Amino acid sequence: MGRIEVKDLHFSYNKGEEILKGINLSFDKESTAIIGQNGAGKTTFVKLLKGLLKPDTGDILILGKNTKETTAAELAKYVGLVFQNPNDQIFKNKVLDEVMFGPLNIGQDHEEAEENSIKALEMVGCKDIYNKNPYDLSLSERKLISIASIIAMKPEIIIFDEPTIAQDYVRREKIKAIIKNLTENGKLVLTIIHDMDFVAESFERVIVFQNGKVLMDGHTKEVYSHADILNSAYLEPPHITQLCNKLGYKDTFLTVEEFIESKQSLRQK
Amino acid sequence: MKKIVVENLKYKYPLTDKLALDGVSFEVNEGEFIGIIGQNLAGKSTLCQSLVGLVPHFYRGAYGGKVLIDGKEVLKSDISELALKVGMVFQNPFTQVTGAKLTVYEEIAFGLENMGLSRNEMIDRIDYALSLLDIYKYKDRNPFDLSGGQMQRMAIAGIIAMKPEIIVLDEPTSQLDPQGSEEVFKAIQALSHEGMTVIMVEHKIEKIARYSDRVMLMHQGKIIDFDTPKKVFSRGDLKEYGVLAPAFTRICRAFDIKDEEGFYPVTLDEAYDAVVKING
Repeated sequence: MGRIEVKDLHFSYNKGEEILKGINLSFDKESTAIIGQNGAGKTTFVKLLKGLLKPDTGDILILGKNTKETTAAELAKYVGLVFQNPNDQIFKNKVLDEVMFGPLNIGQDHEEAEENSIKALEMVGCKDIYNKNPYDLSLSERKLISIASIIAMKPEIIIFDEPTIAQDYVRREKIKAIIKNLTENGKLVLTIIHDMDFVAESFERVIVFQNGKVLMDGHTKEVYSHADILNSAYLEPPHITQLCNKLGYKDTFLTVEEFIESKQSLRQK
Repeated sequence: MKKIVVENLKYKYPLTDKLALDGVSFEVNEGEFIGIIGQNLAGKSTLCQSLVGLVPHFYRGAYGGKVLIDGKEVLKSDISELALKVGMVFQNPFTQVTGAKLTVYEEIAFGLENMGLSRNEMIDRIDYALSLLDIYKYKDRNPFDLSGGQMQRMAIAGIIAMKPEIIVLDEPTSQLDPQGSEEVFKAIQALSHEGMTVIMVEHKIEKIARYSDRVMLMHQGKIIDFDTPKKVFSRGDLKEYGVLAPAFTRICRAFDIKDEEGFYPVTLDEAYDAVVKING
């Protein structure tokens, strides 16, 4: 059994307007990106995983616990969500207090919370600024603080909501490294995202949502090789994949680096 | 005609000791589509705020140099007066929603009410803006019940309805799905072809390469380059400024595929044509 089991999940905010229409999914270790058109149901799905919403019918099991029988507060120990906009998440006037808030609230004692928080800040490269006021930091630093606040809670599952918005190239690389590090350390990392190039560079599995249903689910390369289906879901393959498709290559390339390496090694032969 | 003239603009936010803008000078013609790129903290958003007058009128701080919008000096003009000429779409649509209106339709009307337009004129403009951004179907929803992407479309529609001569957009499509984002870029480009001057800050580099007439590269409050996408993205030192060239340009650079003028292709079509040409 996977860490997350979703069985025939149905959900609607208003009667007669079903948002999720029968989702069956299992997540265990693979880092996974959920992509889809605006309004496809991605954010609703994440809120259900966090237990902030409960299924109308069907079940979600988080580490074996049914979200219907568990409070959102209890689930917070196991599932962490990094908000899209750090300003919606941050409210303390000292970085360390901000990061320690979550750990303390899920029952870590002060010493443990501080140790985990310092470790988390170190991992995102913000240990030096633990004493600063988050509001004096730049948006990209606040983003890293908001990530550290979740990591410090040591959840087994971490969800990123649009991690690359408003991030420049250097910060994108930083966030990519954090996701890789978390995955290597056995965490299940999920994201909902519109940045196809970032998905291609960072995630092992891709799930395409359309109109409240799962349209495609597979390894990143497999999913991105179906340009026609992606287009029908208002998506597109990564830029490099588009170029290769247009040039008529049979292989699917996910990153510029991968493409360059493959062609150069061909030339050397 | 010069729509925007900026002369040696220097600006420092209150309580800081570093210049956010450090001697910025440039000119923009009517109907141009300008893309602004650069790493976080390069001064992109501050420059946008200086065009609409929020810098310095709202934020205060130390200010030197001149910004002329259609010949009018920003420092000596009211924000309300400038708002009729320059519209700004905020980076976070949530910041822009008035909170005073109960429907999307009324929200779009807000700017128009403040302009004192007639009822009929308002209805025409609102319908036009809602259709252009493809959110007519949500016109009766509460603005806060919209998804991030829908709210972002509403934020753009609210400004476009005011028909500003210049529109400044700060990452306007960050929450849109890929095709939705493409549609919005096309709609904005169409407006620029009709004569609206467009200033857009954007990290989606492939889109900037495709839609901008000229690209402004900023770094530490200064303008490093301001030229056609091909020339800017053919620079070998972009990474030093925290910018990655479009995927197509990176590929062509790796295989040394240039056009007749000696620049690397920057769009999908250009890269395709160049590769096909080389392979005969």
